Amino acid sequence: MSDYSSDENEGEFVLYRNRPEWRDVTPVKQDDGEEPVVAIDYTEAYEDCYDYFRAVLKTKEVSERALELTQTASYLNPANYTVWQYRREILKGLNKDLNEELDFIQKVILKQSKNYQVWHHRRVLVEWLQDASKEKYLTEAVLAKDAKNYHAWQHRQWVIKTFNLYDGELEYIDTLLSDDVRNNSAWNQRLLLHDKGGLSKNKHVTKFCEELYKSGNHSPFLLAVLVDMCYEQVNEGGGDSVYTLERAKELCSDLMTKYDTVRAKYWQYMIDTIEKKAREGTEDEAGSSTN
Amino acid sequence: MEKKLYLRNILDIRKSKNRTESYPTKSSEEQSDVEDSVLKKYEDLHIKLKINPNLPELLKEQHKKYLLSTIVYLSHAYECLDASRPWLCYWILHPLSLMGVRLDDTRKSHIVKFLGKCQSPSGGFGGGPGQFPHLAATYSAVNALVILGTEEAYNIIDRKKLQEFLLSVRQPDGSFAMHIGGEIDIRGAYCALAVASLTGILTMDLFKDTAEWIVSCQTYEGGFSGCPGMEAHGGYAFCGLSALVILQKGHLCDKQALLRWLVHRQMRLEGGFQGRTNKLVDGCYSFWQGGAFPLLYSLLAKDGNTPQDHLFDERALQEYLLICCQSPTGGLLDKPGKIRDVFHTCYTLSGLSVAQHFLEEIRILGPSKNGIACTHPLYNIRPDIVRKALLYYNNLGTPKQENQTGNM
Ligand SMILES: [Zn+2]
Repeated sequence: MSDYSSDENEGEFVLYRNRPEWRDVTPVKQDDGEEPVVAIDYTEAYEDCYDYFRAVLKTKEVSERALELTQTASYLNPANYTVWQYRREILKGLNKDLNEELDFIQKVILKQSKNYQVWHHRRVLVEWLQDASKEKYLTEAVLAKDAKNYHAWQHRQWVIKTFNLYDGELEYIDTLLSDDVRNNSAWNQRLLLHDKGGLSKNKHVTKFCEELYKSGNHSPFLLAVLVDMCYEQVNEGGGDSVYTLERAKELCSDLMTKYDTVRAKYWQYMIDTIEKKAREGTEDEAGSSTN
Repeated sequence: MEKKLYLRNILDIRKSKNRTESYPTKSSEEQSDVEDSVLKKYEDLHIKLKINPNLPELLKEQHKKYLLSTIVYLSHAYECLDASRPWLCYWILHPLSLMGVRLDDTRKSHIVKFLGKCQSPSGGFGGGPGQFPHLAATYSAVNALVILGTEEAYNIIDRKKLQEFLLSVRQPDGSFAMHIGGEIDIRGAYCALAVASLTGILTMDLFKDTAEWIVSCQTYEGGFSGCPGMEAHGGYAFCGLSALVILQKGHLCDKQALLRWLVHRQMRLEGGFQGRTNKLVDGCYSFWQGGAFPLLYSLLAKDGNTPQDHLFDERALQEYLLICCQSPTGGLLDKPGKIRDVFHTCYTLSGLSVAQHFLEEIRILGPSKNGIACTHPLYNIRPDIVRKALLYYNNLGTPKQENQTGNM
């Protein structure tokens, strides 16, 4: 249990207080005060390990045994940022081979992929090594099991931007989207590679949406996009656009009463807002023509 | 003014099942499964309603009992939260205070003393005694102490040291690391702003460029992400919006886009909120997403667009929380089939509070004893408790002044 690798059978786990190599160290109990609150009923192994961790932290011991201790402590609670921070100080102090540490943290990440601390540890190692060659592979391994894992995407974006690893990203996103077109994390990643601009002025978008609408599709998402385009055009003065206040009203009342009733109040609010924009627009025009 | 809300029509709920457009994928299959389990809860309730017209009920007594028991004892299953013990205090104290539970002074003092043990000699609070100071631990410790609200609680915070800690995790671009050498994301900025504003140590120097950094986290969808470029996410959207409002720079973000994104996170059938587009409903987002609404109302009001009503369906949200998220033995949870925990108990009840209060109005689904107190959306603490703390710390002045007089 002192190790992350479950396949290796390393025999009976020995408490630190029973290990001869720790005999010179006095364990430090957690100081919860006289009347502890939110007290956790720790297992024996947990308490034992952290008693020694506190002792090591107190004397700022930088040693192989302290490094091994942080491994057990991080295994028992991977969210203990103090353990990880101290482990990094030991790694530096002992001038350890960071590639070994990369292999270690990879194993941890594959088991604990929804944890801030383990990903941060990885990122610091990559920064120290200035080598991001294994990162895309690692994030792909995590995303293969959990395609929306926020930490994995964040790590991936960071290495792509920092080490200019854009090549092949579009193809990778496409494979994810063909697995699940509703994977919004993949769509977000796609935007990393594109510029954004107003929807209502993009002829491809408007043509596609209008054809879909004419074919009888009343998906609330489609209607919502059309409302947004009305808002955009009315806001900008519109001209002869088909995205008018009247169109917005019609769409919003369909959404309110038929297709998206849970958001009825929002659609009413949108009618009011667009109406107000339209009024401000005509007032502005009247104002400027008298000048 | 109290307004009684009524359940949605079960026929309408049945009709609002998500359409897969004859193209099912992993996301839509998971969504259908959740809808089935939620719909079953709603169908069951409509049957039980014939016997007990008082449903749905908030199981206040059970929740109180559950929360009070966790103050003294947590099983070893909570070892994974051993670096989040001030959080545990806050997650327990806040829902209790929403339900009007008063702790006796000795109990309060025990909690204050424990949090004092978590305070670092270099300022800020760690996740437990002796742990390095961390912004999230600091945020939850300060919130917990403010809720306790005693002189002892207020005074245990070393404000001068706290300011030094905040400065030590501030980055040159205005963002904040969670601890020295730790990860940088939008939680850091929010936690730093929340504790600085609550304890009266906020200075513009400390938060130079922070608003601009936060705005760079607003995504094309309209919500905020953890750091620039990432996907919009409920927890981070709450952090981003609250942080901007504390800085009085709410006008810098695209409010219309944020509103659009927010309202679309409310699930058609379930009535609760999801955290991200095409993810599943989860009770805790009732607060992360729901709590953003009152903040947004205040920003819209500044533009003369004061909403006349909630802009989400507060009745559907209350339905989800009361019918799908309560454990019969106390405590609340993410969604049917999950187990209760103090985190979800805190944020589901906070979300319920948001849904029950609109400006000065109270809207309650079920019997009026389901009502709970209002929460301050910036800090997620009762507004009367926030006011008391602000007054206390404002009277103390900024730590710098204290220091000057102290040196004389
Ligand atoms: Zn949750």
